[in-house]
Amino acid sequence: MENMIKQASVPPSVKKEVSSQAPRSWDRVQSSVSAFFVEMAQIFRFTVKFFKELVRRPYEFGETIRQCYIIGYRTLPLVGITGFIMGLVLTIQSRPTLKEFGAESWLPAMVAISIIREIGPVITAIICAGKIGSSIGAELASMKVTEQIDAMRVSARKPFKYLAVTRIIATTLMIPILVIFSDIISLMGSFIACNLQGEVSFTLFFYHVFEKVNFIDLIPAFIKTIFFGFAIGLISTYKGFNAEKGTEGVGRSANSSVVTASLLVFIIDMIAVQITSLFY
Amino acid sequence: MTHAAPLKAKPINPTANTENALEVEHLQIAFGPLQVLKDINLKLKKGENLVVLGRSGSGKSVLIKCLVGLNEPDEGKITLQGKDVSTLKDQDLELARQKIGFLFQGSALYDSMTIRENLEFPLMGKIKLKEQEINALVEEALGNVGLLDAIDKMPSELSGGMRKRIGLARTLISKPEIMFYDEPTTGLDSITSREISHLILEMQKKYNTSSIIITHDLECARITGNRVLILKDGIIAAEGTYEEIKNSKEEWISTYFQE
Repeated sequence: MENMIKQASVPPSVKKEVSSQAPRSWDRVQSSVSAFFVEMAQIFRFTVKFFKELVRRPYEFGETIRQCYIIGYRTLPLVGITGFIMGLVLTIQSRPTLKEFGAESWLPAMVAISIIREIGPVITAIICAGKIGSSIGAELASMKVTEQIDAMRVSARKPFKYLAVTRIIATTLMIPILVIFSDIISLMGSFIACNLQGEVSFTLFFYHVFEKVNFIDLIPAFIKTIFFGFAIGLISTYKGFNAEKGTEGVGRSANSSVVTASLLVFIIDMIAVQITSLFY
Repeated sequence: MTHAAPLKAKPINPTANTENALEVEHLQIAFGPLQVLKDINLKLKKGENLVVLGRSGSGKSVLIKCLVGLNEPDEGKITLQGKDVSTLKDQDLELARQKIGFLFQGSALYDSMTIRENLEFPLMGKIKLKEQEINALVEEALGNVGLLDAIDKMPSELSGGMRKRIGLARTLISKPEIMFYDEPTTGLDSITSREISHLILEMQKKYNTSSIIITHDLECARITGNRVLILKDGIIAAEGTYEEIKNSKEEWISTYFQE
């Protein structure tokens, strides 16, 4: 009887809504999946276009160098400060545990290996994805919605070549350099942290570092930073070029550039670690 | 800028110049279910200013973007100086684009560049010019629009009217044979609008360009147009000189002019 009352109290329109919810959410899933694959295909086409335009004349050397300056030089302070704090904090946090095991002398080597192999490249790439990715995404999206990209096209200049290719080259070249710079500053931060609670000479600290860190440790880390740079440049230019819906689209494009590029950095890192582990 | 005598485009004698700078046949374009342009046929004669009038959302901007290749039409043929645009390869299309100029509704000045760099930009992709020649062209173009003082300013430092003029100078610097103006007077006060309209007319006379001017500003149409078309429901619904259109007995056209 109670069930009957409950059933009767549900209006027919609501019933219909409830019964149609399942197919509607299924439709939503389907459209999300298809949108994802469409976007993947578009990114693939964008990548192919990049490689085609990369080798095709005319080469925009001047703009590439300008972008290297903007992306590289102007990101140095941020990357430097972050790197310094990273080295300092990692050393301070690791010291008590190592002290407990009587392995305090391993501190420089442990911090150096962590920074060079993993933390330095990934954290620097994430910071660059935030700063450079959002800046490229917002700039290109703003150019798209204010018809500046169309203006380039009708003035017989190739906007893809001038705006996208130059920026992707610049991020691919500059992010590995920024990572090396960040690693060096991090080790300096670590050296200072070691001296906060003890006394270690500069020579002894770096003797311990290079005793354990081999040249072979640097190669996989350096190679993956090239891919990080390429991914950040590619995603942010792609998002900028495909911005829609006015100023709202500019914000969305900047945000989406950062989120997607950061996610890609982690995915590339995961793949790189798997590949590296096959050889070491 | 002052004008001693009021300028107004005179109707071109249709028999005097039979050569077409641009020809459009059966142009159609749809965005999803919305058919924006249904069947557009038009001819732009050499040295002529053709004004396309229409209400907001009538497809004027879509039409002009199809003509310069920014939108790809679903159907139809566009012939630019005797060449079918749809059959042109990328390189030939770029060469064809070097002969056209486009003034965007919002001017589309490059925000990150100075006015000088904005004007130099279209020249960089073309024939190799010496620095002195580029400087001379930039100064001439800015002089034409009366804004030589703004050469080292950034676009953000300029007013709407000044941006429009700089946009016009940037478009004209590469000496295009066909000009496209997308709402050249939108967002400007009536005095500045009139100045821009007169400037368009002056530039047409100075460089002998053929132009298509998309607008809903009747004053601009009156000043600049040798011939006027009205776009309605995706087709060209009326055609004639400004006076002919204005004096039309058709009720919908007279309503248009009363607004």
